[in-house]
Amino acid sequence: MKEKKKTYTISLYSENNVGLLNRVSAILLKRHINIESFSTSPSEIEHVFRFVIVVEVTESKVKKVVQQIEKQIDVIKAFYHTDEETIFQESALYKVKSSSLFEERHIQNIIKKSQAKIVTVSPEFFVIEITGFRHETENLRSQLEPYGLMQFVRSGRISVTKEKMNITEILNKFNEK
Amino acid sequence: MKTNNKISGAEAVIKCLLHEGVDLIYGYPGGAIMPVYDELYKYQDKLNHILTRHEQGATHAAQGYARTSGKVGVAIATSGPGATNLVTGIADAQIDSTPIVCITGQVSSKLLGSDAFQETDIIGISTPVTKWNYQITRAEEIPEIFAKAFYIAKTGRPGPVLIDITKDAQFNDLIFNYKKCYGIRSYVPKPKLDLSQIKEAAKIINEAKKPFIVYGQGVILGNAEKELRSFIEKTGIPSAWTILGLSAMPTEHPLNVGMVGMHGNYGPNVLTNECDVLIAIGMRFDDRVTGDLNTYAKQAKIIHLEIDPAEINKNVYAHYPILGDCKESLKILTSKVSKNNHDEWLVSFEKKMKIEIDAVIKNDTKPVKKGLTMGEVIVSINKYTKGDAVIVTDVGQHQMVACRYAKFVRSKSNITSGGLGTMGFALPAAIGAKMGAPNREVVAVIGDGGYQMTIQELGTIFQTGVAVKIVVLNNDYLGMVRQWQQLFFDKRYASTEMINPDFVTISKGYNIEAERVNERENLNNAVEKMILSKKPYFLEVCVEKEDNVFPMIPSGSSVSDIRLK
Ligand SMILES: Cc1ncc(C[n+]2csc(CCOP(=O)(O)OP(=O)(O)O)c2C)c(N)n1
Ligand SMILES: [Mg+2]
Repeated sequence: MKEKKKTYTISLYSENNVGLLNRVSAILLKRHINIESFSTSPSEIEHVFRFVIVVEVTESKVKKVVQQIEKQIDVIKAFYHTDEETIFQESALYKVKSSSLFEERHIQNIIKKSQAKIVTVSPEFFVIEITGFRHETENLRSQLEPYGLMQFVRSGRISVTKEKMNITEILNKFNEK
Repeated sequence: MKTNNKISGAEAVIKCLLHEGVDLIYGYPGGAIMPVYDELYKYQDKLNHILTRHEQGATHAAQGYARTSGKVGVAIATSGPGATNLVTGIADAQIDSTPIVCITGQVSSKLLGSDAFQETDIIGISTPVTKWNYQITRAEEIPEIFAKAFYIAKTGRPGPVLIDITKDAQFNDLIFNYKKCYGIRSYVPKPKLDLSQIKEAAKIINEAKKPFIVYGQGVILGNAEKELRSFIEKTGIPSAWTILGLSAMPTEHPLNVGMVGMHGNYGPNVLTNECDVLIAIGMRFDDRVTGDLNTYAKQAKIIHLEIDPAEINKNVYAHYPILGDCKESLKILTSKVSKNNHDEWLVSFEKKMKIEIDAVIKNDTKPVKKGLTMGEVIVSINKYTKGDAVIVTDVGQHQMVACRYAKFVRSKSNITSGGLGTMGFALPAAIGAKMGAPNREVVAVIGDGGYQMTIQELGTIFQTGVAVKIVVLNNDYLGMVRQWQQLFFDKRYASTEMINPDFVTISKGYNIEAERVNERENLNNAVEKMILSKKPYFLEVCVEKEDNVFPMIPSGSSVSDIRLK
């Protein structure tokens, strides 16, 4: 039976190392794995960084890739999770002509209904933001499109796992040695 | 102004190497690394620099040195082309798990990204083929990064590390204080042994009727030769080597049944698909070993002893993975298995060996036809070295023949480019191998094609006088490719025939004593003379042009479908 592809979130904890991004993407590139989304940020631990990478592959493939990633010297630990095992969100920004806000009453309803936040308003344009699932940011985009979206951008997925991450324990164990 | 306790970054580089016990490095100078070379000049009584004739040669020499000495090999080069010339050797070291540290000069940090003269992004280029790499832009970073580099290169599954140092970091001063590295919090070199699996594995081994061992280079890298031998002798299990595992056990050991893989022995390949338990030790199920994975050892329970977690289940599913250093796991496993013998099962290997002797080995090693064979040359080398030489091979037919017929009594004796299959590896690697084991006989066996890829290293041999013995098996062809053309491309010999130069004359130009053999009756004398020489020596043996190497598992076929002709 052919194994099905699925969306997996790879999270990895690492030392802040400039070259690591390159190493991780090389591992994916070599196997022709498309990166659906990618984000990096500090983690809950000081000086430890977190990468969140979303890929669509089979489980046996993601398992192997995570082992290769974890093998990299500066990676403390790498995991993979399904959507059900994580809480995840994406943010999106929408830049719209200000005139449409005043001329089209309809647009105010859209904004209200989507619970979008108004980030900035100027005489020429205004910017709104929402954070949510992909279908929510997409939905708002299609609703705003008729009114002239000047710019649209969506962030990579950020996610936390339902399961506990024992990174501090790993680091403490090292310090005890 | 320099205060007394400060030294330059360039001097710090030398001091780091000395702290790591390095007394020999291979390299090639150039603009961006000149400050370090200037310090090498001052420290030449403590640190010997060997000028190779190409940076690729420096990496292969460092590899050869690492593989015979068990220490970390070091190669150094300038920025730009110097750095890119290292890449083949780095990739080779990565895939064959060889501990080397490569040092490259780089343009000054303020010029980075400006396409300055000889600037190249060697960090970006080398990332996929290094275990770790780092660009130093401040002199103060040098001690810590070097300590880390050596630690990473040699621990766990070894591999190549590259350190790129900008020119200003070489010129600037630092207070030098060296602390060896003993651990990195994000890096686990040796995973903890999983004892639960060992117990289960021991049970399976004790119950097995047709168990079979395949061992790889992990045994040599883990210094586990003794442990392997005790395990094999206690259990009485027939054992085969992968090309890089060769010499971990004496080749003549009664339980050593041959080589697995594309040009390995008939029995070990065919019987891989008949064994009931396959014990893989320090090997990674390379496709040249397994052939078609869908038909590889499907009937067997697989026990995999391996230090690298990423290798477990990568190609072949392991029913009993034993993660950890095989020196430790083998010891425990041996204590848990019962003493046994598998004489009847061993007879199956002997029977297959008889078939192979009749179909292949006889003609290879004791030919009756006129032309010389590669096999008889290896037999002659065995005779005069008594199996106690380091054999360094290049890539091609001669490599397969050498690994099939060379006899070894000691570990760390078979040096070849396995995973990458790098033509041009052997000559520079032999230089390093001899320097890493100066008291041993080192014989390089090279094809006429690969020899010409790094032939310039004769200059290094000439200058250093390093007593390597070079045997070129000349078939006037890129023989291995020609064999595939004959078998799979209807003999269309596209660009595989070579008009070769006079190799003996070339050797003489480098002041290296040289001889050519065309006739069988002169072979033994010539080999004996070469081995007796205390100096570098070149021997060209003109062999049959269109001989093929068999057995052979055609690429993508099952190990069961190995061909004898
Ligand atoms: C750098 C490099 N280029 C190409 C190849 C492909 N290749 C593998 S074996 C071989 C022929 C080697 O010829 P030779 O050195 O004469 O050895 P022979 O097979 O004749 O013993 C070639 C071209 C390779 N392995 N490495
Ligand atoms: Mg040839």
